[in-house]
Amino acid sequence: MKNIDKSTLYFIGGSVLIFLIVQILVSVGILSTFWYTILRIGAVMAIVSLGLNLIYGFNGQFSLGQWGFYALGAYSAGDVTYRWTQLQSSGGLTILLLGVIMAGIAILLIRRLVNKLRGLDALSAFGLYLIGVILLAYLAVVVGGALENPVNSILKALPPEVSKQIVFVVAVLLGGLFAAEISFLFGLPVLTLGSDYFGIATLGFTVIVKVLLDNSDTMLGFAEMKGARGMIGIPKMTTWFWVFFFLVLVVIVTRNILHSSYGRAIVSVREDEIAAKAMGIDVANFKTITFVIGSFFAGLAGGLYAHINGFLHPDTFNFIKSFDPMIIVVFGGLGSVTGTVAASFAWALVLEGFLRLVLPEGFETWRFVVYPLLLLIMMLLKPNGLFGNYEMPFLRQVLPPLRKKTQSNENATDEEVLA
Amino acid sequence: MRSSIVAPRLSLTQKIVQTKIIGKALIALVALAVLYLLAVNAIKNPTVFLQQLVNGLQLGFVYALIALGYTMVYGIVRLINFAHGDVFMVGAFISFYAISRFQLHDWVAKLSPGMSPFVARAIGSITVILLSMTLCALLAFVIERVAYKPLRDAPRISALITAIGVSFFLEYFGALKFVFSPNFTPYKRPFDVVTWTLGRQGFGKLVEGEGVPEGNIIFSNIFVIIVLTSIFLLLLLQYIVTKTRVGKAMRATAYDKPTARLMGINIDSIISITFGIGAAWAGAAGMLYATAFPQVFFWMGIIPGLKAFVAAVLGGIGSIPGAFVGALIMGQAETLSAGYISTPMRDAIAFSILIIVLLIRPTGIFGEPSREKA
Repeated sequence: MKNIDKSTLYFIGGSVLIFLIVQILVSVGILSTFWYTILRIGAVMAIVSLGLNLIYGFNGQFSLGQWGFYALGAYSAGDVTYRWTQLQSSGGLTILLLGVIMAGIAILLIRRLVNKLRGLDALSAFGLYLIGVILLAYLAVVVGGALENPVNSILKALPPEVSKQIVFVVAVLLGGLFAAEISFLFGLPVLTLGSDYFGIATLGFTVIVKVLLDNSDTMLGFAEMKGARGMIGIPKMTTWFWVFFFLVLVVIVTRNILHSSYGRAIVSVREDEIAAKAMGIDVANFKTITFVIGSFFAGLAGGLYAHINGFLHPDTFNFIKSFDPMIIVVFGGLGSVTGTVAASFAWALVLEGFLRLVLPEGFETWRFVVYPLLLLIMMLLKPNGLFGNYEMPFLRQVLPPLRKKTQSNENATDEEVLA
Repeated sequence: MRSSIVAPRLSLTQKIVQTKIIGKALIALVALAVLYLLAVNAIKNPTVFLQQLVNGLQLGFVYALIALGYTMVYGIVRLINFAHGDVFMVGAFISFYAISRFQLHDWVAKLSPGMSPFVARAIGSITVILLSMTLCALLAFVIERVAYKPLRDAPRISALITAIGVSFFLEYFGALKFVFSPNFTPYKRPFDVVTWTLGRQGFGKLVEGEGVPEGNIIFSNIFVIIVLTSIFLLLLLQYIVTKTRVGKAMRATAYDKPTARLMGINIDSIISITFGIGAAWAGAAGMLYATAFPQVFFWMGIIPGLKAFVAAVLGGIGSIPGAFVGALIMGQAETLSAGYISTPMRDAIAFSILIIVLLIRPTGIFGEPSREKA
């Protein structure tokens, strides 16, 4: 126990304590289902926002595509468990599993090739990856379909509760990986764009995903997703344990990334791309890595979200809502993990919970009148977010401070403050 | 001693890599597919194709008016003004109330019944559109002073979040029962619709109840009004920006704020004026859009706003001709994809075009090369 830092112990102890308190309150019945749902949604939002914080807060890439990856994760994970519980078929699981693995292999192999061909432009590389991934994904569909029966029999041999949990966890992870791979393909060409243009292109991604989900039954051929009518029948399996477990995991992973040399490279890209390049940092590579990890978190959160209500609707993934993670990240303080987690729960509790209860009968629509006003007041009073750069001790490390805008370099930094 | 720098000999693969052939082939493939689709449909039924182009033109001109506000504001304060689409919505509602509640479009006819009805209606409609423009400009002025000005020295993201907040506020405040009501409301046009047909048989008026003659395209007076108004407002804006003192100050402010301030330009008022002009144009667009698609709704600003924004980016944000061209492309893309590919996919297609164009020209069609580093 000598080598473990005190702050680590506090963090783990505190996490277990919070988990136990909420769990006991829920089990005893003091916390109503309403608040229980809100807590779980808060945790899910925290995971999404942590991913965005990594992309925007730490790497400086203004992404509005987080919500699209969240949607991808939600629908893919939801579809896998839907097939298992409703159709007693592990086809979705095997195909997605193999597809994700195959696409991953394709990406890794082509990556080695691309690294050898120095100077290959992003678009050509994208073309190569696209061909490779499509070929191997097609193979995965064929092989995965064949593997369905053996996997079915293995899973059926287990007790139903256990197999259900296994399918659920694997589905959530696959949702994340699926989103991550899509984000790799999408990010490769798009990350070469300048900051605002990147933001708009990713906003476009969110819109495209939403439109595809609206037509998922007719154009994509997933009849069970029911397009714009919304997907029902997903098992409600996201317990407080699972969301909290994944949240803590994501926080620890984020922390470890940021404290490693990768993290310092990621932050250096935010601070100054040219200086980072001069230091021998492969800027494009680190942008891609961060984007993929952030999107992985989004997909993970999506998978968890799908199993909270057991109901998914494309309108949940509307681009207007895609500003929510951005609002949370800015609220909590850019580049502050603590702030992001706190702001996510605050967002869920205030917007989804408190305002619904406080506003009298017939004034429910006022919720979204009060919310932007709160937003405005908050931004006018604390433009740097609730927590600014504050981190709790476990997450703290020696980081260069966020660059402050000064009068003398106002023009030069106009772009980079956002970037 | 002679020293010379010899370029390293490239291997064949390196040479191939440097031609960027795969990326170019990919884009060429997409472009060919689109062209093929368009050509096949145009040959199969030229009338329908032309009709789609006309409809797209009508939409494109409305988008152009909205896109100008985005592009001007971005050019001057580097802010994506998400509330702009909602100002457009407010503009539509102002004209709606002016027409159906206060009969403002009839005031000339009421005051001097002897006047020819055409002139009376025209003056009445122009009054409505001017009212709409003025009130929208005032609204944008207030928004700028209350929400954006205090944040001018804050990080840009704060202003962006504030813009989103303002947008939400306008939408949901408008959705309240005593403001604009949360329902779709039919919009009463200030003038009657006259439809003309144009084809091989020549030009004629479409009689109500009769079908469209074979091989003819139809267009209405709404189309003419939208195109004329938009072109007039575009030229007016171009004149303001390039020829007047205010325009010169705007360009100076957009180019370099501190220096413009040193030259005695009142930056705050110039920024307010920019917001005001953009909003006025959006107000005009709101009325025109509501006339073309006679329905008003508190969320009606979101999708046209987004499309216009995409148009502004497509043309190169910060550039006025760019916004115009981008908007025309967006209008065509929307009607053509709705006509030939799939109606629900048209938003996705609009954004796909945007992404592809950005990959070829990272700052849009008319955009200046990026001033960012690296």
